[in-house]
Amino acid sequence: MKLNSPMEVWKYLPGTNCKECGEKTCLAFASLLLERKKKLEECPPLFEPKYAEKGKKLAELLAPEVREVEIGIGERARKIGGEDVMHRHERTFFNRTALAFDVWDTMKEEELRERVRRITDWKKFYVGEFLKVDAIAVRSVSGDANTFARCVKRVAEETDFPLVLCSFDARVIEEGLKEVSDRNPLIYAADKENWKEFLGIAKRYKVPVALFSPDLDMLNSLAVTFSSAGIEDIVLDPGTYPEGQGLEQTFSRFIKIRRAGIVEGNKGIAYPLIAVPMTAWMVHGTENALEASYWEAIIADLFIIKYADIMILHSIEPHSLIPERTLVANIYTDPRRPVSVEPGLREIGNPTEKSPLFVTTNFALTYYTVESDIASNKIDSYLMVVDSEGIGVESAVAGGQLNAESFKDALESFNVADKVKHKTMVIPGLAARLSGETEDVTGWTVLVGPRDSGRIPGWMEKNWPPETVS
Amino acid sequence: MEKKITLAEIAKILEKYEIVELEDVKIKGDIELELAEGGGVALPPSIAQALQSIISAAHISSSTTEAIATTAQALQSILSPGAGAGVQKAQIPATPAEELELIRTKFEVAKTEWNGQIEEVTIGATRSDGGTREATVTIGGEKALPFYNFDYQMPHPPVISVDCFDMPISLAKAVREHYEDVMEDPGEWAKKNVREFGADMVTIHLISTDPGIKDTPAREAAKTVEEVLQAVKVPLVIGGSGNPDKDPEVLEAAAEAAEGERCLIASANLNMDYERIAKAAQEHGHVILSWTQLDINAQKTLNRYLFKLGVPREDIVIDPTTAALGYGLDYAFTNIERMRISALKGDTDLAFPISCGITNAWGAREAWMKDSPIKEDSDWGPAVYRGPLYEIMTGLTLGIAGGDMFMMMHPKAAGAVKRVTQMLFGAKEAEDEGKKVKIEEWVTWK
Ligand code: B12
Ligand code: SF4
Repeated sequence: MKLNSPMEVWKYLPGTNCKECGEKTCLAFASLLLERKKKLEECPPLFEPKYAEKGKKLAELLAPEVREVEIGIGERARKIGGEDVMHRHERTFFNRTALAFDVWDTMKEEELRERVRRITDWKKFYVGEFLKVDAIAVRSVSGDANTFARCVKRVAEETDFPLVLCSFDARVIEEGLKEVSDRNPLIYAADKENWKEFLGIAKRYKVPVALFSPDLDMLNSLAVTFSSAGIEDIVLDPGTYPEGQGLEQTFSRFIKIRRAGIVEGNKGIAYPLIAVPMTAWMVHGTENALEASYWEAIIADLFIIKYADIMILHSIEPHSLIPERTLVANIYTDPRRPVSVEPGLREIGNPTEKSPLFVTTNFALTYYTVESDIASNKIDSYLMVVDSEGIGVESAVAGGQLNAESFKDALESFNVADKVKHKTMVIPGLAARLSGETEDVTGWTVLVGPRDSGRIPGWMEKNWPPETVS
Repeated sequence: MEKKITLAEIAKILEKYEIVELEDVKIKGDIELELAEGGGVALPPSIAQALQSIISAAHISSSTTEAIATTAQALQSILSPGAGAGVQKAQIPATPAEELELIRTKFEVAKTEWNGQIEEVTIGATRSDGGTREATVTIGGEKALPFYNFDYQMPHPPVISVDCFDMPISLAKAVREHYEDVMEDPGEWAKKNVREFGADMVTIHLISTDPGIKDTPAREAAKTVEEVLQAVKVPLVIGGSGNPDKDPEVLEAAAEAAEGERCLIASANLNMDYERIAKAAQEHGHVILSWTQLDINAQKTLNRYLFKLGVPREDIVIDPTTAALGYGLDYAFTNIERMRISALKGDTDLAFPISCGITNAWGAREAWMKDSPIKEDSDWGPAVYRGPLYEIMTGLTLGIAGGDMFMMMHPKAAGAVKRVTQMLFGAKEAEDEGKKVKIEEWVTWK
C-alpha cells in the first residue's frame, strides 16, 4: 500500500460527505479504508464517471504490496498474503498464517474421517475467542488419481475447511479437483516440469495454485509466466529444508522474497508464501514422533514469524498445536489495537447476593482468561472489572494503576454494595500486597485468591464461603 | 513479390489507423517473428491486444526484456478472457496452455546495509586474562538482523546459559525432574548444567538473599558464588534475588568474590541503586546486565546512566524483559525487534547484545498446568510435552527478534534452541542429513 495517512486517501475520494458509505465524512471513510475495515465499493459515488479516474488510482494505491489470495469458500474461507510491512510494529501484519494439517489418500476411511474431525473441531480459548486452525491438506501418497479423488471427496464431506490438494501429478490433481471444484481449493504444486499442465488446470477451474522451486530464478520465472497468463491467485513455495544449512538458506529465501515484494516493489514475486514444516518428519521419522513434532514446531515458529502465509503441518498433537497456534495469534495481533475491555460489574451465571465477588483488571488478556476460568467452571459470581487502564494485574500493581483507591472507585461507581451484601471481595493473588490498604480504604473484607485464576475452583473448595458471608 | 515488415512497423500502422481489433486474420504456416536487439517495441496496450492474434500464432524468440514484456502482455490478453475489455471483443479461441513457454527471469534482491553495529561483548576470563575460566563467550557484533547472513554474516551464534539457584525452588514438574538430585547443592547443579545439558554458561540466581525468602546474608551468597566458580569452568552469570533493596549489597559481595572472572552481573535496573552495582562490576572486572521492563525509553535512559558512570560499552549487555508465549510474547518480540532495528540504524544507546530470560516461559499456564481450566477447550495433552515447547518457542522467537543470549532451564529446550540457532547461524557442525532430504517428496511421505 502506497498511502500512509487518512488525508492522503481522502484526496482521492469525492469529498462530498454524502454519507452513502455509512460514515459521517469522507475523511472517516478514508481512515477505515486505510485500516482495511471498509472496501472501496462501499463508496458508490466513486464509481460515477466523474470520479472513476480517481477511484481507479485509489484502488491501485491501496492494494497491498503482497497479493492477497483467498482459499476456500463461505465462512471458513481464508485470505492469505496481503501484507504491507516487513515488521509488525511498522503497522501490523494483516492475514495471519493459515495452519493447514495433512491427511493422505492411503488412510483407512474411518481413520481419515476421525483425523479430519479432530482437525476441524480443535479449539483453544485465548483472549476472548476460541482459536481454531485453518485448512486441511490432502496428500496423494498413492499416486493414483481415483484413490486421490475418493479421498478428497470424503474429506470434503466431513469438513467445510478450505482444502489444499497436494500432488506434483497434474492428472491426480485434476481428478481430485473435480470433486471440489466449487470449493476454491489451493492446488499444490506446479514446478519446472509440470507447470504447463498446472497452468491449464488453474485456468480451467479458476483455483489458486502453488508454485514450487527452491531455485528463486525458476520460482520467479514460474510466477511471471503464470501471471502473464492471467493467473494471479498464486502461492509460492521456495522449499522448506528441515535442517542444517538447508534450513538457514530456507530462512533467507523467505526473507529475500518478501523483501523483494515489499521493499523493492517487485510485483513479479509479491505473492503469499507457503512453508512446509512437516518436512521435519522426513528427517526424524514416525518412530521419533515426539522429536519430529518438536522440530516441526521449531520450523513453524521460524516461518510464522518470517513470512509464511500458509503452512502445512503433520502433528495434530496438542503439545505442538497449542503453542503453534498461540504464536500465530501473538505475531498477528495488531500492535496498535487497544487491549482493554470496559470496566464494570459483570454477572457470571446466576449470582445471588451471597455469591462471591471476584476482582480483576480490564486488560483483555487478563479479563477474558479470568472470566472464562470462572464461567466454564460454572461458578455463579460477580466479577468486578477495575479500570487499570488496560494493564494486567502484575504490571498494574507495579505501575500503580491498581491500588486501594481504584478498588474503592470501582465499588462505588458500579454500585456493587447493592448487589453483594457480604462486603467481601476476592482479589488476585498477584495483588496480595494491596489487601491491607484496600480493607482500610473500602471497609470491605479482602480475601486473597490464587495467583492463577485457573485455580479458582480449587481455591473455592477450601475458602468459600468464608465466615463473613454465611 | 515479397516484402518484409517488422513488428514495430505493424504496430505503427495499427496505431495510425486506430485499429484496436483484428478480425478474420488468418496466418498460415510457421511464422517466426524475430525481435532484434534494441528493436524491442513497447506497444500501447490497445495495439498489443490488436496484435494478439498474430503473436499467438507466432513463435517468438526474443532477446530483449521489453519484447518479453510485450509478449507477456499479449499472451495475458489471450489467455485470460475477461482480463481486459478489449479482449472479449477479439474472440480468439484460447491457446492451449501447453504451447506456452516459460518466461525466464532472474530473481534479484538488494542487500540491506545498516550504519550501526552491535557492541561485541566477551563474558568470562581465562588465565591469560586474569581469570580461571577454560573458555570465554563472545556475543554481539552484528551488523544485520539475526541470522540475515545474506546481508552480513552474523559474527557469533547465540549462547545458552542454564539456570541454577542457591536453594531448592518450586519448578514445573517437567523441569523439576531434571534437577531433583542437585537442588540442595548449587555447585553440583552448575556441574550438571554443563556436563549433561551442554550449557555454554551457567547462571547462579542468589534468590535466597531476598528478605522475604531466607534473607541469606550477602557474605554467604558470595560463598555460593565461589563454590560455583570452583565447580564449573564456563563463564558465569550472577543474578540477585530481584529485590531492589537487597540486590546492591548482594551483587557487590558477589562481584568481589568473583574478582577478575568477568562474570555477567544481573542486574542493574532503574528502581534500585544501580550505581552501586555498576561500580562493583567495574571495580572487580565484570560485565553488567542492564535490565528494563518492556520499555525502549527506559532502556535508553538506564544505558545512558551507565555511560555516565563510566561503564565502557564493551561491558554492557541489555535485558529488555522476556514475556512468555501467549502471555505478552508479542510485546517482548516487538520491543526487542524495535531496539535491534534502532541500534542498526545507528542508535548507539541501544546497540548492545541482548539477553533473554527464557525460563519465564514457564509462567504460561499452558506450560505447566495439567488440563485446561476451560471446559470447552480441546484436550491439552500431557503437560510434560507442552512445557519444553513453550520454552523453545519463546526462546527461538526472541532469538529471531534479536536475542543473543538465552537463560534457560529445561535441558531439552536448551538443547533445541542451541541446535536451531546454530543451524541458522550457519555453523559447520550444523551440516547434516537434512540436506539429503528430497523435500518435495513430503507430498508422498509415509
Ligand atoms: C506484558 C507485560 C507488560 C506490558 C503490559 C501490557 C498490559 N496491557 O498489561 C507492559 C509493557 C505495558 C508492561 C509494563 C510494565 N511492567 Co510488565 N510485564 C508484562 C509481563 C511480560 C506479562 C504480564 C501479563 O500480561 N501476564 C498475563 C496476564 C493474563 O496475567 P495477569 O493479569 O496477572 O492475570 C493472571 C493472574 O493475575 C490471575 N488473576 C487475574 N485476575 C484475577 C482475579 C482473581 C479473583 C484471581 C483469583 C486471580 C486473578 O489469573 C490471570 C491468569 O493467569 C510480565 C512478566 C511475566 N510475568 O511474564 C511483566 C511484569 C508484570 N511487569 C513488571 C513491571 C515492573 C512493569 C513496569 C512497572 C515496568 C516499568 N518499570 O515501567 C511497567 C508498568 C506499566 C504500567 N503499569 O503502567 C514486573 C512486575 C514485577 C512485580 N511483581 O512487581 C513483571 C513481573 C516483569 C518482571 N519480572 O519484572 N508490562
Ligand atoms: S460515500 Fe464516498 S463520497 Fe460519500 S461520504 Fe462516503 S466516502 Fe464520501
